[in-house]
Amino acid sequence: MNIVVPVRLVPDLVEEINVDPGGTALDASWLRLIINEFDDHAIEQAILLKERGGGQVCILAPSVEGVDDVLFTAAAKGADRLVKLEGLTDVGLSSHALARALAPAIQALQPDLILTGVQAHTDLDGPVGPLIAESLGFPYVGYVASVTLQAGSASVRKEYPGGLVAGMEVRLPAVLGIQAAEKPPRYVAVSKVRQAMQTARIETQAAGEIDASGALAIQRMFQPEAAGRATMIDGEPAEVADRILEILRESGIV
Amino acid sequence: MSQDVFVVIEHLRGRVADISYVMLAAARALTKGTGGQVVAVLLGENVQALAARLAADRALSIEHPALAEFTPDAYPKALAPLIKEHQPRAVFLGNTSVGADVASVLSARLGLPLVSSCLRVTAERRLTSQVCGGKIMAETELPETTTLITMVPGGYSSEEGQSDQAPALSSAPAPALDDLRVTLTQYYEPEAGDVDISKEPLLIAVGRGIQNEGNIELAEELAKSLGGIVCASRPVVDQGWLPTSRLVGKSGKRVKPKLYLALGISGAPEHVEALADSEMIIAVNTDPAAPIFAVAKYGATIDLFDLVPELTERARAARPA
Amino acid sequence: MPIRETFWNIPHWAEIGQYVLAFLTVAVFTWGVIRRILRWRMGQPALRSERFGKRVRRFVAHGVAQLRTAEEGYPGIMHLMIFWGMVMLLVGTILATIDWDVTRLFFRFQFLINGLYLVYELVLDVFGLFVLVGLGMAAYRRYLIRPARLQAIPSGYRAWEDGYVLWMLALIVVSGYLVEGLRIAVVRPSWAAWSPVGNAVASALTSLADPTSQAVHLAIWIIHGAAAFGFIASLPFTKLFHIVAAPLNILIGPFQPEGALAPARTHSGPGVRAWQDFTWKQILDIEACVRCGRCQDRCPAFASGMPLSPRDLMIKLERHLWERGNGRSLHGDVVTAEELWSCSACRACVRACPVFADQLGAIVDLRRHLVVEGTMDTRVQEALANLARYGNSFGQSERARAKWTQPIEAKIKDARREPVEYLWYLGDYASYSATLADLSRATVEVFRAAGLDFGILYDAERNAGNDVRRVGEEGLFEMLREKNEATLAKCDFKAVVTTDPHTYNTLKNEYPSLTGNGREVLHATELLDRLITSGKLRPSKRLGYRVTYHDPCYLGRHNGVYDAPRRVIEATGCELVEMPRNRERALCCGAGGGRIWMEEGKVRERPSESRIREAVALEGAEVLAVACPKDVTMYQDALKTTGHAERLKVRDVVELVREAL
Repeated sequence: MNIVVPVRLVPDLVEEINVDPGGTALDASWLRLIINEFDDHAIEQAILLKERGGGQVCILAPSVEGVDDVLFTAAAKGADRLVKLEGLTDVGLSSHALARALAPAIQALQPDLILTGVQAHTDLDGPVGPLIAESLGFPYVGYVASVTLQAGSASVRKEYPGGLVAGMEVRLPAVLGIQAAEKPPRYVAVSKVRQAMQTARIETQAAGEIDASGALAIQRMFQPEAAGRATMIDGEPAEVADRILEILRESGIV
Repeated sequence: MSQDVFVVIEHLRGRVADISYVMLAAARALTKGTGGQVVAVLLGENVQALAARLAADRALSIEHPALAEFTPDAYPKALAPLIKEHQPRAVFLGNTSVGADVASVLSARLGLPLVSSCLRVTAERRLTSQVCGGKIMAETELPETTTLITMVPGGYSSEEGQSDQAPALSSAPAPALDDLRVTLTQYYEPEAGDVDISKEPLLIAVGRGIQNEGNIELAEELAKSLGGIVCASRPVVDQGWLPTSRLVGKSGKRVKPKLYLALGISGAPEHVEALADSEMIIAVNTDPAAPIFAVAKYGATIDLFDLVPELTERARAARPA
Repeated sequence: MPIRETFWNIPHWAEIGQYVLAFLTVAVFTWGVIRRILRWRMGQPALRSERFGKRVRRFVAHGVAQLRTAEEGYPGIMHLMIFWGMVMLLVGTILATIDWDVTRLFFRFQFLINGLYLVYELVLDVFGLFVLVGLGMAAYRRYLIRPARLQAIPSGYRAWEDGYVLWMLALIVVSGYLVEGLRIAVVRPSWAAWSPVGNAVASALTSLADPTSQAVHLAIWIIHGAAAFGFIASLPFTKLFHIVAAPLNILIGPFQPEGALAPARTHSGPGVRAWQDFTWKQILDIEACVRCGRCQDRCPAFASGMPLSPRDLMIKLERHLWERGNGRSLHGDVVTAEELWSCSACRACVRACPVFADQLGAIVDLRRHLVVEGTMDTRVQEALANLARYGNSFGQSERARAKWTQPIEAKIKDARREPVEYLWYLGDYASYSATLADLSRATVEVFRAAGLDFGILYDAERNAGNDVRRVGEEGLFEMLREKNEATLAKCDFKAVVTTDPHTYNTLKNEYPSLTGNGREVLHATELLDRLITSGKLRPSKRLGYRVTYHDPCYLGRHNGVYDAPRRVIEATGCELVEMPRNRERALCCGAGGGRIWMEEGKVRERPSESRIREAVALEGAEVLAVACPKDVTMYQDALKTTGHAERLKVRDVVELVREAL
């Protein structure tokens, strides 16, 4: 079983996110990149599958600042191959262009299964997983929270709103958009990551011409009305508690 | 290209999802500028009843046994020829476990642009999308070709997309749906036997800020004293501190209580979108920049561990035993 | 002429038999000790020879005089009596052997004669009695008082050894007195009064029956000899080995500051995976354990009902070492992850241990393996991931680290940009916790009132790594330390001050580059104490509260700072009353060693709640003074859960000072 996990780095929302003076893009000077959390789940799911049934896990990522750490961390978790694609600056890149760049590289790896995060918070033109699936001619199932493999197919659990879950059978090769791995992504000790830095090798590939055709024209980016639309209640806990109960009484809730 | 706007109605297990009405409202807003009709597109088997409350100018159904239950393989296969033939101005889908799987596939297959996470649409063909976890809004102009749009809730109420009069329903031929690569094997029902938080009028919601399982008890006591029910955001349920049936969020329940008291919840969009219909939201979080304060009516930036015992005590005193 | 009648009534065959038995005993003893030494050598190396003078002093104080053992009255006196009694009896036996088998045999003279012999008899008789009294106390305690810490030895771990030691010693001494009494009863030497116990036994025997049966004497003599030799032979095979291991352990113990933790060794990966990954010193620690249970008595985890007893941990490790693994895996079969994660690294066990074992070091070494395996609470994983990425456990941006300073009008100096006398290192809690921002601002006021030249690192500060290291994530600790050292190297300052004892401990003891050139690391209470003593800071009000003070583990037990905070409290005009568990014996709040990041699990009573009850029990105490930001958090929470919020207030010492200005 050859599992390929395309991952990407996205702006870390813990940091302040600002719009650049041009008003149509994020202010890159304040951005710090972090692995897309759903991609982190995809890596975890791939490692879990490998631990259960063997196989090879290859992580593929656009080469941006911090990508080496992401790749070595994945190696420390158990990934076998690390590939970074040069020539793609992820921030601001549309999912369509990214998928077009990733697809040939993924195809060259001859995957049986592709796991990737179901979404990223920068997806303005849709998640990248189904775009990859379509360009490779593979089926796609997103919002997946559990994967079991058998010969030629995968049984997945797809989550719907409201807690309903569907069991689906997907013919392989396929692309699965991972919503949550069966277990939360594991922490790897720094010593293991440092070890991986010495033993694992990152292969570098050049991405072909970027095809950004059909990209969306962003007219304006802005922060939604400043947080604090809420009327703030200040004071000691006792005062706040009093006020809250007063509000509840006034509005007839209690 | 026609000026009609298609809305792919989302339905699961015989129920039309709220997002479908939200999309109808958005589509209506768009057609005010573009002209054209709002066309509800229903995929499935015996879907007539589902059209009853759709606020659309007309409805179009494609019926086929393979569409009886949603799969991310059959839906695009059925929709692609329809879109190709009618060339609508726009096609709305939910940015959900149903619509998001379909929209990207269609976009790639038909070479059509896709605008996702759309919150609001104007008659001037401006689309506002949420990115960066709701911290940033991105405004795009509707491209001059058939465009796929996936909608998030929050911009329109579902009532706006409902009507007492069912639209006229016509049916379109189903394409050959054989050699499907994805099949539904079974549904797993949400954990039964617990309360249905989507119907509870008073919810005490806890997030990451509750810190550990033992502290759930604090929230339970408060809930008891107020006569409410405890629910949670994703991290709490992932830890197993509360069952999945108590999850408010994208893959949990949508709720619309009279009161939603959010304790230690930062307010990620997938959580916020599921509680946006609450009548009153009061948020308590030590971080004054938490996005939850943007949707809350009242907020307090104090430690929930300071507040909750005080609140419980007062509520208990006020409530006849 | 008074002379020792060696081998009175002993036939020649018995005398020969004794020598044969002695030879066999020595052989078995030697074999047992060699087996131990071979096992030490299977552990990892540890150099233990520096600071010879200090070593000898510690050896004399705690190995010979047994001062730490004597810290607890009853068991202390009990052990000292048995120990010194047996030492004197051993010395007596050695003298008798020399007298008989060396000087008489080779030099044709005996020295145990006349006055010397009489004193010899008297001393031995009296010390033998000490042993018996000590054993009586031991038996009374073990079998009638039955303190919890001596009970419930895990099954399958040779609980019989405890009784064996007691009864074997009793047999040796009682049979010795009987042999002596029987001899005196028959021989009736004129100096019999010099053996008061033997003489009394003789009188008693005479009044009971005819004591002249020489066969009975011979039989008891054989029992006495066999018991004594058996005792010696069994020494390397039972917990009696502490007679060798404990003094040796005290002699070779480390001399790094008490708060410093040994760096991780990587034998089979970082930390201890299998018993051979322990150092030979750690193996000796485990062998020296006598199951006295003092560690268990002081352990906050044990007291709150968590699945850890440091005593049982040592007992289980001892058996595992003894069996050299025997196919069982150390992690899982012997020690569980739940046990190891229960520890709050408060060091109470280490401080209590009379044989100077380092239970905490062993626990952290074992945790280091768990960290590599990923066997830990998801919340710890989250905290560690946050620390790795953002340098704080709160998972907030480092840019938000100095947000608490925003309301302060006059900007605090940026120690990265200008020289300062005191570099104030805040630590995560004082920086990020919303509830502690006021306390941090109070600290600014106090420092400014004293005219202190100080600055902070703003965004450049990272968690100092104290608790990261004690969780067992050594790699992350090193990473944080590297970053902090690089930042500090670029700053110009004379000393570091911090309100956080955890930060204090690691900066002071584990950052050699920081303290290497004589720069001081001070806890805020130490600095305030100096400022008040030197008159630079003058509290003008007398607060008059009745205050009790909680010693933070990393200020007290780890670094011996007990008096400075107390002087500061008194300088604010408060009356200080002590809780029963104070100073070295202070109870941990339960937050250390990464516990603050962990799932609490099911506990009987949280350590912090137990502490609140202890403080509330003090008559009239209004304030629980603390000197650690984590304590403020822990105890304010515990005040609420115990329902004592009206009765007691938790105040940081710095806040008291501010109020008194």
